[in-house]
Amino acid sequence: MTAHRPTALTRTALLLGLGFLYAPILVLVVYSFNASALVTVWGGFSTRWYGVLLADGPLLEAAWVSLRVATLSAVIATALGTLAALALARHGRFRGRTPFTGLVTAPMVMPEVITGLSLLLLFVGVGIDRGLGAIVVAHATLGTGFVAVVVAARLRGLDRDLEEAAADLGAGPFRVFATVTLPLLAPGIAAGFLLAFTLSLDDLVVASFVSGPGATTLPMRLYSQVRLGVNPEINAASTLLIAAVGLAVGAATWLGARRGSRAAV
Amino acid sequence: MSAPLLRLENLTKRFGAGTAVDAVSLDLAASEFFCLLGPSGCGKSTLLRLIAGFEAPSSGAIRLGDQDLAALPAHRRPVNMMFQSYALFPHMSVGRNVAYGLDGLVAGRAATAERVAALLRLVRLEGFADRAPATLSGGQRQRVALARALAREPRVLLLDEPMAALDRTLREETQAELRALQRRLATTFVVVTHDPAEAMTLADRIGVMDRGRLVQVGRPADLYRRPATRFVAGLLGDVNLIPGRLGAEEPGPHRGVESVVGPLLARAPDAPLSAGADIVLAVRPEDLSLSGEGVPGTLVEETFLGDRTRRVVRLADGTCLRATTAPGEGAPAVGEAVAVRFAPDAATILPA
Repeated sequence: MTAHRPTALTRTALLLGLGFLYAPILVLVVYSFNASALVTVWGGFSTRWYGVLLADGPLLEAAWVSLRVATLSAVIATALGTLAALALARHGRFRGRTPFTGLVTAPMVMPEVITGLSLLLLFVGVGIDRGLGAIVVAHATLGTGFVAVVVAARLRGLDRDLEEAAADLGAGPFRVFATVTLPLLAPGIAAGFLLAFTLSLDDLVVASFVSGPGATTLPMRLYSQVRLGVNPEINAASTLLIAAVGLAVGAATWLGARRGSRAAV
Repeated sequence: MSAPLLRLENLTKRFGAGTAVDAVSLDLAASEFFCLLGPSGCGKSTLLRLIAGFEAPSSGAIRLGDQDLAALPAHRRPVNMMFQSYALFPHMSVGRNVAYGLDGLVAGRAATAERVAALLRLVRLEGFADRAPATLSGGQRQRVALARALAREPRVLLLDEPMAALDRTLREETQAELRALQRRLATTFVVVTHDPAEAMTLADRIGVMDRGRLVQVGRPADLYRRPATRFVAGLLGDVNLIPGRLGAEEPGPHRGVESVVGPLLARAPDAPLSAGADIVLAVRPEDLSLSGEGVPGTLVEETFLGDRTRRVVRLADGTCLRATTAPGEGAPAVGEAVAVRFAPDAATILPA
């Protein structure tokens, strides 16, 4: 083994890189515990802004909207994405497989403004009211591609022999799927769900296009408050949001990493 | 043979332009231990998968008794398979793995547990029911796979390279156990293997496959002594091949051959070959004798192998023959002149 020893250069590069990525977030988190009402002046440690936050009715309501939207859209995205992954990985080389792969994953790289605008046009065109339901559908669209990619990766790592063995032991297609395929895919499906959930929770652009009165998500609420001026309460709300997203992504990564150890059996 | 249990008729499987299994016809008797032997890619695993129902035949029929198997999906066929990878369900305990096939066959939790315990006892894994497959050794996993495949009491058990993942000492022990188990259960076993020694150890009959075709079927000793082709002769052990031309037909069990090393006598061929045809003579090294009258040559090499000695003799025309003899058999030294001979019955005439 010729492991590369960390040198001064690589250490500096690592610190600069991490600093570039996380310094702004760190500043935000630190100032959320600021006792002073002035955003840029440190006045000692305090959790008062978290108290203020909990008394802020409109903000809590926005958080509740976001949670409901994220849960519902992630459920829909998980169901559709898993089905898409099964179609991609299991139905051989059916006609139009390559374009289908592209179509499933394209929303991942599509500029959000375009996704938002096109969804808005569609909803207006077919007469769907803007609001909570519209955001759910829009976010499900965003999340499906991510779920499909994550589940398809796990499906590729799944030993085909296991499903054949189940069929060989007398299990019909439904029992094979329910007792072998699905349990072994579960970590991938859960990871996909968490990614879709996170994606919905922090989306601002698409939600802004398709939301209506009474359906303000947390990022939309925060954004509109920031336009009136940053205050430590926003920092506190953002810190909580970061914590939620961090936990979800961490869980998704952990679930994905378990694949290797289990597939080795 | 009485009425066959499993009958393959002209079974063919094509993948795109290639033919994996080419017009294979085979009858298997009840309680028979059958080995499909061949190099990798010869179609033996595909043949097994056709019987199990994981592949649909391009043409031909698979019959079990009077039942047409080809019409049934894999989960309705009264045959079970043990996979080369064992394919144990990693998210289930050993007990649940074995019980998986009992669903709908054995009613009740207590009866299922009893049956699982009996199956684990059969493969000497008592008390392993609650273990996870990942915590078992390779040999133990193989036995779980075997117990699981036997759970439904299949009419035919298919085993795909059952020993491939075991080390050598464990393999020999496991072969003996598998043989004893098959005798006791009297179930028909079909084992796919690329290892000729394994096939000869296990099987009542061996079917040799080469490039999708079933070239020869027979008892191990018959295949070894009377191979039908050069491929079979070489697959089952070391063999000397002496090219020549077939002599005129004559009465009696022997036939003359005009070989490159002079006129020789061999057992008359089973296949219809016309006089003058190009042939090879196949003679096993242990059938060559270096004493008495015979074809003159020089001993050029000697290797001591413990229970026997291998010698190489170069004949006048440059042909080198390998002979194995018991050690210390009053043998000449390297460099000395020797005479090589073999009994006509030990030489098989094969198409060139």
